Amino acid sequence: MNYSMIRYILGSVMAIEGLFMLPPALVGLIYGENREAVMYLILAACVIGAGMLLRFRKPKVNTFYAREGFVAVASSWIVLSVIGALPFWIIGDIPRYVDALFEVISGFTTTGSSILADVEAMTHANLFWRSFSHWIGGMGVLVFILAILPMTGGSTINLMKAESPGPSVGKLVPRIQQTAVWLYGIYFVMTLIQIVLMLLGGMPVFDALCTAFGTAGTGGFGIKGDSIAGYSVYLQNVITIFMMLFGVNFSFYYYILIRRARDAFSMEEVRWYLVIYLAAVLLITVNLSWGSGIGTAPGNFQAAAFQVASVMTTTGFATVDFDLWPGFSRAIMVTVMFIGACAGSTGGGIKVSRILLYVRQVRIELQQQIHPRTVKVLKMDGKGADKGMIRSCNIFLMAYLLIFVGSVLVVSLDGFDLTTTFTAVVATINNIGPGLGAVGPTANFAAFSDLSKFVMMFDMLAGRLEIIPMLVLVSPLTWKK
Amino acid sequence: MNIVIIGCGKVGFTLAKRLLEENHDVTIIDNDAEHLQMAQSLDVQILVGNGTSFRTQQEAGVNHADILIAVTDKDEINLLSCLIARKAGNHCQTVARVRSPQYFQEIDYIRECMGISLIINPEYYSAIEMDHLIRVPSAMEVDTFAKGIVEILRMQIPEHSALDGMRVPDFSQMFQRQILVCIVERGKECLIPNGETVLHSGDELYVIMPPKMIRPFCEKAGLPFKPLKNVMIVGGSTISYYLARRLLRSGASVKIIEKNAERCEFLSEALPDATIIYGDASDHGMLLEEGLAQTDAFVALTNMDEENVFLSLYASKNSPNSKKITKNNRLDLNEIAVDLPVGSMVSPKNITAEYISRYVRSQLNNYSSDIEAVYRLAEDQVEALEFTIKEESQITGTPLAKLPLKRGILVCCIVRGRNIITPGGRDTLEKGDVVVIVTTHKNLNDIGDILATRKDVG
Repeated sequence: MNYSMIRYILGSVMAIEGLFMLPPALVGLIYGENREAVMYLILAACVIGAGMLLRFRKPKVNTFYAREGFVAVASSWIVLSVIGALPFWIIGDIPRYVDALFEVISGFTTTGSSILADVEAMTHANLFWRSFSHWIGGMGVLVFILAILPMTGGSTINLMKAESPGPSVGKLVPRIQQTAVWLYGIYFVMTLIQIVLMLLGGMPVFDALCTAFGTAGTGGFGIKGDSIAGYSVYLQNVITIFMMLFGVNFSFYYYILIRRARDAFSMEEVRWYLVIYLAAVLLITVNLSWGSGIGTAPGNFQAAAFQVASVMTTTGFATVDFDLWPGFSRAIMVTVMFIGACAGSTGGGIKVSRILLYVRQVRIELQQQIHPRTVKVLKMDGKGADKGMIRSCNIFLMAYLLIFVGSVLVVSLDGFDLTTTFTAVVATINNIGPGLGAVGPTANFAAFSDLSKFVMMFDMLAGRLEIIPMLVLVSPLTWKK
Repeated sequence: MNIVIIGCGKVGFTLAKRLLEENHDVTIIDNDAEHLQMAQSLDVQILVGNGTSFRTQQEAGVNHADILIAVTDKDEINLLSCLIARKAGNHCQTVARVRSPQYFQEIDYIRECMGISLIINPEYYSAIEMDHLIRVPSAMEVDTFAKGIVEILRMQIPEHSALDGMRVPDFSQMFQRQILVCIVERGKECLIPNGETVLHSGDELYVIMPPKMIRPFCEKAGLPFKPLKNVMIVGGSTISYYLARRLLRSGASVKIIEKNAERCEFLSEALPDATIIYGDASDHGMLLEEGLAQTDAFVALTNMDEENVFLSLYASKNSPNSKKITKNNRLDLNEIAVDLPVGSMVSPKNITAEYISRYVRSQLNNYSSDIEAVYRLAEDQVEALEFTIKEESQITGTPLAKLPLKRGILVCCIVRGRNIITPGGRDTLEKGDVVVIVTTHKNLNDIGDILATRKDVG
C-alpha cells in the first residue's frame, strides 16, 4: 500500500474542498449573514492549510495500483464528508453532528435525502453549501483533481475507475487529464445553460443556482419546503429536461461535440434509457388519468414526466406527492428507482447498461437451455462484451443485493412500516432522495435512529462509489501486508 | 502529438510507454483484448478492434493523428494498416514494421508506392548491432553517429589495466584528445565525468571515438581488439540470417545451429558459405562437439529469451574467453541477467522503439536542427543524441564555455565536414555541424534545448 500517495491525494482533496467553501462564504456576505460568512472563511482557511500541509511532501514513489485507487477514493469521500458536515454543525442549522454528517453525505453522494423538517429556516450560506455539495459530488471531486492537477504516472486511471459510475470507464481522449477536463467542461457548460434558461423563466438568482446544482449533480436538495412544486410549469419542464440530460452518458455529448453524431445516437444505453423513461411516463399517465381518475391527462403527463425523470436519474426533486398515487404507479416509481440513469453520467442506481447486460445474459442462458449447443456471444453496442466486465457486473449486483438486504434488516429495527423501511434504503443506496411512506417526497429522514442513519450513510457512499471501493476500504484483506 | 499504435505486443507496449514519457497522446489498437491488458497501466487510450479496418481507425481518431505506427507481428497487416491510414487520415505519417527479408529487399519500392514514411526492420538493425559487437569484441555496446564517423562504445576497464587510477584529463592527454569519456558507470551509479573523476578497474565506460582509434585504445587499456573470426550462432531466425550474411561478407566463418529441418534447408540455400547444423542446442554435448570451446564468438538467438540466457551461461562456462551475445526482449530478465556472465544483451524490441522514437522526434521539431540519432544508454538513465545544425541561432558562434548549458549535458563531439573535433571550452558550434550530445535529460528535441532556461537557473 502506497500510503504517502494516498496522503498526498487526501491533501489535494482537502485543499480543493477548502476552495469550494469560498462560494458559500460569498453568499453569506451577500445576504448579510456575516457570522456565517466568517465561519466559512475560517473553516476554508483551516482546511486549505491542513490540505497543503499533507500535500507538502511529494510522494517519492507514485506507483499506484487498483487497491490504492479504491482506498484513496473511498477515504477521500469520507474525509470530504467529515469536513463538509462541519459548517452545518458549527453554524447551528443542524444541532447534532450525526445529522449534519447525514445531510452532507446525502449532498456529496447526490442523494438528496434530508433530515431537515423546515428547509427554509436554514441560512443562505448553508443552503448554498448544501446544494453546491451536489454539484461537487456529481462529477466527483477526484475527477476534478485529475482535471486541474497534473498527476504523473498512468496508474491514476485507477482513481477515475473507482469514482466514475458505470461498469467500465470510457476514456474520451487518450489522456486522463484531458478526459477529466472534457467531462468537467461539459458538466460546467450544461449547468450554465440550465441556469440561464431558468433565469429567463423568472427564477431568482439564488434559487436558480441551487436548483441547477441539484439538477446537474442529480442530487435533489430543494431549497423550498415543497421542493419544486412552487415554481412555474415552464421552470418545472426545464428542470425535467435537464434532469434527463444529466442522466445521459457523457460520452454522448463528447461524440456530438466532435461531430460523430452517428456514434452518439447508436449508443444502446442512451436509447434504452429513453425507451424505459417514456414507457414509465406513459404507464403512469394512463394509470393516473383513467385507472384512478386523478386530474387531467395533460397535467398528469407533465407531473409523471417530472417525477419519473427525477426518480430515474436519481435526482429526487418533486412537484407532487407521488406517495398519494395508486399502487401501480408507485410500483413503477420503485422499479425505475432501481434501474437508475446511464453509466458515465452523474446519476446513480444500478445503471441502464448493467440492466441491459443482465437481461441479455438471461436471454442467452434461456437459449442455451433450449439449444444446449448454441454458441452465443453477449454483445453491447454491437461488440462482444468483455468477460471480465460481465463478471464484475454480476458481482456488483450480488454485493448490491447483500448490502441492500442487510441494510433493510438493520433499519427495520426502528419499527417503521415495511414500505418506509424498504424505500428508505432504496432511496439512499440508489442516491435518489425521497422514498415512499414516512420518507415520501414531503417527509424527511430525521426520525430514524443513529444506527439506521449510519447504515444509510454507508449505503449512500457505497451507492455513489458503486459498492466495491467501500467494500475494499473495510475489507481486512486490503490492510494485510 | 497524436499517435496511434496498432499492435500491442512487446514492441507496441514499449513504444507506447516511451512515447508517453515524451509527452505524446497515444492510442493503442489491438484485436486481442488480452494483449491490451498490459497497456491498462499506461495513460493511453485503448481500443479493441482490427487495425486494418477503416472504421476502427476512425474510432481511434486517425483523422487527427499525426503518426500511425503499425507494429503487429504480420508484415502484411502493418503495410495494409499504413495504406489505409494514409487515405483515412489527414496528412498522417505512417510507420510500419516489416521483418521479412523478402520484402526488405524491395523495401524502397514498397515504401515509395505505398507512401509509407518509415519502414523499420528490427531484425536487420539488431543484426547490424551484433555485427558491430563482433568486430569490436571488447565493446559491450556500439552506437554509431554521423554515418559511422564516430562511435560510442561501452567498455569495461579490465583488472591491472593501465587506465586503473587514471584521472580523466590524463586519459584524454594520452589519446591526443581524440577520445572522450562520456559516462562512467560504477555499480548502480552513473556519472557524467568532470576533470576530477578518476577511473578504476571494473568501471564501465561509454567512450566516443572515431573507429580508427579503437585499436590504440584497446591496446593501452589491455583489451582485445582483433575482429572475431569464428562465430557460432544458435537459432536460425531472421536475425541470424542477416547477421550471418554480414559476417560472411567480412570473411568470418559462421556456424548456425537450428532445430527445424526445413529452416536448415532454407538457410543452407540462402547462405551457401555458412555451416548449417541441424540439431537442438539444448543438447549441450552437441554444442561441445561442434566446437563451442574453440569458438571466438557465441550468439544466442533462439526465440526463447530465457533459453538464450541459459545458453550464454553455458557458453561462458565452457568457452570463457569467447565473446557472448544474447538476444533478450524481456526487460525483467535483463535486470536479473545484468550480473551474470552472459555478455552483451541485444534487444530488438528496444532497437525498434529507439528507431521510432527518433523518427517521432524528428517529426516534432521544425527548429534549427535535425535529430539524426537517439540512443538510450546505461539502463535508460542517459540519452545520447546526434543533431545536425541547420541554421544560425543563439547557440552558434559562441564558445562553449560561454554558453549557459543545462546541468547534466555533455557536448561530446563535433563533426565538421570530415573533421572530428573533441570540443573544449573555446570551440564553437557552427551551421552545418553534426553534434553528439550525452545528457541525463530526456525530451531534448532541438540543439537549442541544451541551453539552460530561466526556470532551470531559478
